[in-house]
Amino acid sequence: MQTLRRKDILGLEEMSAEEITLILETARSMREIMQRKIKKVPTLRGRSVLNLFYEPSTRTKASFELAQKYMSSDAVSVAGTSSSLVKGETLKDTVRNVEVMGVECVIMRHPVSGSAHYLARNVEASVINAGDGMHEHPTQGLLDMFTIFENKGRLEELKVVIVGDIRHSRVARSNLWGLQKMGAEVAVAGPPTLMPPDLDVFGVKHFTSIEEAVADADVVMALRLQKERQESGFFPSMREYAETYGLNARRLEHTKEDLLIMHPGPINRGIELSSDLADGPRSVIMDQVAAGVAVRMALLYLLLGGTKE
Amino acid sequence: MALKHKATVMDEKGMHQALRRIAHEIVERNKGLEKIALIGIRKRGVPLARYLQSYLNEIEEFDIPFGILDITLYRDDLIQRQDQPEVHTTEVPFELTDKNVILVDDVLFTGRTVRAAMDAMVDFGRPASIQLAVLVDRGHRELPIRADYVGKNVPSSRSELVEVRVKEIDQKEQVDILERTND
Repeated sequence: MQTLRRKDILGLEEMSAEEITLILETARSMREIMQRKIKKVPTLRGRSVLNLFYEPSTRTKASFELAQKYMSSDAVSVAGTSSSLVKGETLKDTVRNVEVMGVECVIMRHPVSGSAHYLARNVEASVINAGDGMHEHPTQGLLDMFTIFENKGRLEELKVVIVGDIRHSRVARSNLWGLQKMGAEVAVAGPPTLMPPDLDVFGVKHFTSIEEAVADADVVMALRLQKERQESGFFPSMREYAETYGLNARRLEHTKEDLLIMHPGPINRGIELSSDLADGPRSVIMDQVAAGVAVRMALLYLLLGGTKE
Repeated sequence: MALKHKATVMDEKGMHQALRRIAHEIVERNKGLEKIALIGIRKRGVPLARYLQSYLNEIEEFDIPFGILDITLYRDDLIQRQDQPEVHTTEVPFELTDKNVILVDDVLFTGRTVRAAMDAMVDFGRPASIQLAVLVDRGHRELPIRADYVGKNVPSSRSELVEVRVKEIDQKEQVDILERTND
């Protein structure tokens, strides 16, 4: 297969292993451009892209913007604050604005699950979901898979453990879909209160003991613990969470030597992940950041380069 | 529409004679290999550039920098094309600035690939010169581009296809002209 035959990138749930492979392979070619002195190819000259971030983002937004510049597209970013939005109305307004501006691709982050799908259904432009509520964050899932692939040479049959607040994590959901499609063996670990009610859908094993979960793992992915979840009663305190579920050197003592440690950022140091692990030799967190730009360049090329029938 | 074999214009021996001759011309024109670098254009320019490298080394033992260029991202027809070309990796693991770069491709036709390749190279640095070596020049240029080293001039009609086969990719080595037929 040569072409991505779809208009939008909304989630990894609806993507096939072939499509994911094509994206990861294209990303590999894109990474070379990032190592050049002049980091720019003329591929998307004259194509217009709109970044709509209705939720705060540093890494994802910067990464998309760099990818757009490296590909020579014309991009504009609009950041809204969720507090000023009446959600339903705003999405409709967004649709209207996008149509009038005539952009060819919209990158959107939005606090409501399903918002990217709604936008995609109502505009002609390609839509890339940069995170919708608790639903999916497909580009993060792809860059995580790219990072694992580059470090391990494969995804098939690798044991990957995702640790932490799976329930509220769109990163976890995208990784659960994507990694399993690519043949990895995925497990989740963390307190039962932070597991999604629909965990069965994914068919993954759930561990409450981190030590047990990581014992023969090839990759461990820590998720960001959100302080506001404590207020809603999902776990008693940050400190207690750290003591029982936080990743630290002691807890990972009996693990594979070539275990990869990952985190989508931003890290609560000392809570879900200790500093010595985050900055240690087994951490590939910086690889993840670099992979983000390459993967997003690949997606822009695959969606905007060439004509769609 | 089908393709029919019309003629074989070069066999394996002929191809290698031509490449050997080009190697001599490169040395003569550049007065040695000191500042030479070879860059093969994907796909079939790459094995041809490898052959040139070994023929150049027969003449003079010298470590010639070698690169691979994928021009997909520099194409001028990305918006017009129905099919989307696959992107492959470009590898230029040396400093291009002040080198005499020999760009190698299999067939010179419209000149658009070479235009794209030159744009790509400029992004890597400022070579002292860019020279073009092709195995076959079939005419029909759409841009003011010419080759510095030509293996063989093959007059062809626009509707024909000139195909260079190399062992590494096609398991055989020859140059064929194919005709489009309407059956």
